[in-house]
Amino acid sequence: MTEFLELATAVKRYVKPGCSVAAEGFTHLIPHAAGAEIIRQGIRHLELIRMTPDIIFDQMIGMGCADKVVFSWGGNPGVGSLFRLRDAYEHGVPHEIEFEEHAHAAMANAFAAGAAGLPCAVFKGYRGTQYPEVNPKIRFIECPFTGEVLTAIPSHRPDVAIVHAQRADRRGNVWMTGILGVQKEAILASECSIVTVEEVVESVDERSGGTVIPRWAVDVVCEARLGAFPSYAEGYYDRSNEFYQRWGEISKDFDGFREWMERYVVSTDDFGQYLARLKEDGYV
Amino acid sequence: MSEPAYSPEEMMVVAASRLLDPDDVVFIGIGLPSKAANLARQSHAPDISMIYESGTLDTKPTVLPLSIGDPELSRTALAVVSVPEMFNYWLQGGWIRTGFLGAAQIDRFANLNSTVIGDYRRPKVRLPGAGGAPEIAGFCHRTLVLLRQNPKTFVDTLDFVTTVGMVRGGGSRRELDLPGRGPEAVITDLGILEPDAETGELVLTHLHPGVSAETAIAATGWPLLVAESLDTTQAPTAKELEILRALVPSGASNFAELIPAKGRGPGESPR
Repeated sequence: MTEFLELATAVKRYVKPGCSVAAEGFTHLIPHAAGAEIIRQGIRHLELIRMTPDIIFDQMIGMGCADKVVFSWGGNPGVGSLFRLRDAYEHGVPHEIEFEEHAHAAMANAFAAGAAGLPCAVFKGYRGTQYPEVNPKIRFIECPFTGEVLTAIPSHRPDVAIVHAQRADRRGNVWMTGILGVQKEAILASECSIVTVEEVVESVDERSGGTVIPRWAVDVVCEARLGAFPSYAEGYYDRSNEFYQRWGEISKDFDGFREWMERYVVSTDDFGQYLARLKEDGYV
Repeated sequence: MSEPAYSPEEMMVVAASRLLDPDDVVFIGIGLPSKAANLARQSHAPDISMIYESGTLDTKPTVLPLSIGDPELSRTALAVVSVPEMFNYWLQGGWIRTGFLGAAQIDRFANLNSTVIGDYRRPKVRLPGAGGAPEIAGFCHRTLVLLRQNPKTFVDTLDFVTTVGMVRGGGSRRELDLPGRGPEAVITDLGILEPDAETGELVLTHLHPGVSAETAIAATGWPLLVAESLDTTQAPTAKELEILRALVPSGASNFAELIPAKGRGPGESPR
């Protein structure tokens, strides 16, 4: 049975210190409202898993939520650096974090293998690169049929998956369209899943397009309108490229970043207030 | 007729664009590769299929995307597939002909570093990392590398091997059993370098108009090989520049107008 909960309640119940949390969405549908709520509740010691850490993990890293980050491309897309991730990696600010680094193909395969109930993913990756020297989870095995050397990495089996989608119906079936990244795989690979949605509607199906994730794979649905900002929700609102471009100046200096987060995230009651305050101050 | 004025970056993008086949199937990153492919599509290669790693197949953006997952890309795509499908079926499966790559460092065999400057554990600069690059370099039939040429980027030894080109030269790439042929050309703001057929080492084969071989040699952190018959790239045409300059970034988001009045949170507004 899918439960319908307030986002704050869902985060409190499922995201515990020590959890591994996959928050997916490839540029599109990034679950920023949930990320902000984790920060607001001050939850720490998390293992954060995402192909592209993006602003959502940059904020969580800078606010001290992460003990470990698993990722495959840690930049601000189309802009440049994620300064909080860089500061943590380069200088241990605000504290030392373990980084497990992959390439995109490996991350995508690790989620798909997790969804398929496999202990590891097998693919042809990393050949000739230095990644196997720095990531002991990258190993090589022999194909039992052809003898070809293949790459293996453990599958992702996160404690919690968090994704954002356009819609859920009243029974908890989730519907999404546009760029879908590894969201379905992340949900199916995880022990439990929280899906934030733009709106709850009477019913959803795939007959007019889109993808449905059936309700028995979804533990919690939370309504979180505009919850992907500054990422986007196809059919609802566009990506705020302006905010991505401004994120560098907001986050470059650690103290300035903390003040900004205090004003907009920590001292607001929810994501709606956060957005209203951003609007008041001309960030959107 | 006097030639139109252009910047070194425009020369670089135009030179890269011309290397795409009229019916190429090309895997694109953001920035200069995206400009080059969109220029090609609007000039000599109208049938080109552009693929971005977010899963958009055969996309036809009318504006330049800021990120590889911009709404413009999915809205104009022939098909949108999941990221595992993108990397496993389309890329690893061998369905993509040309891959564009950039990096922070390149060596004489066109191996690339986009991971760290300095030590891996405690680097001077933490760069974004691999993304799709290692497998683009392995499985696209060929790759084109776009980089500004200077001694900080064109280095004797990479700080980290993120992505392989011709590996250590000779037959060393073949030992990795990668189906892709590897880098075909490195297009810079000064000219074009191509791997030697025997040794795999990059050789300067073209200079852009007005650039001397000495300039290219001085911008390279290893003793750069220069082809005996060094060609000069044709300057960008007025038409190419016109198309290139008309490629505008994606516009402002409609987001602000959707935020409800002060204090009303998501879920609280009436439906």
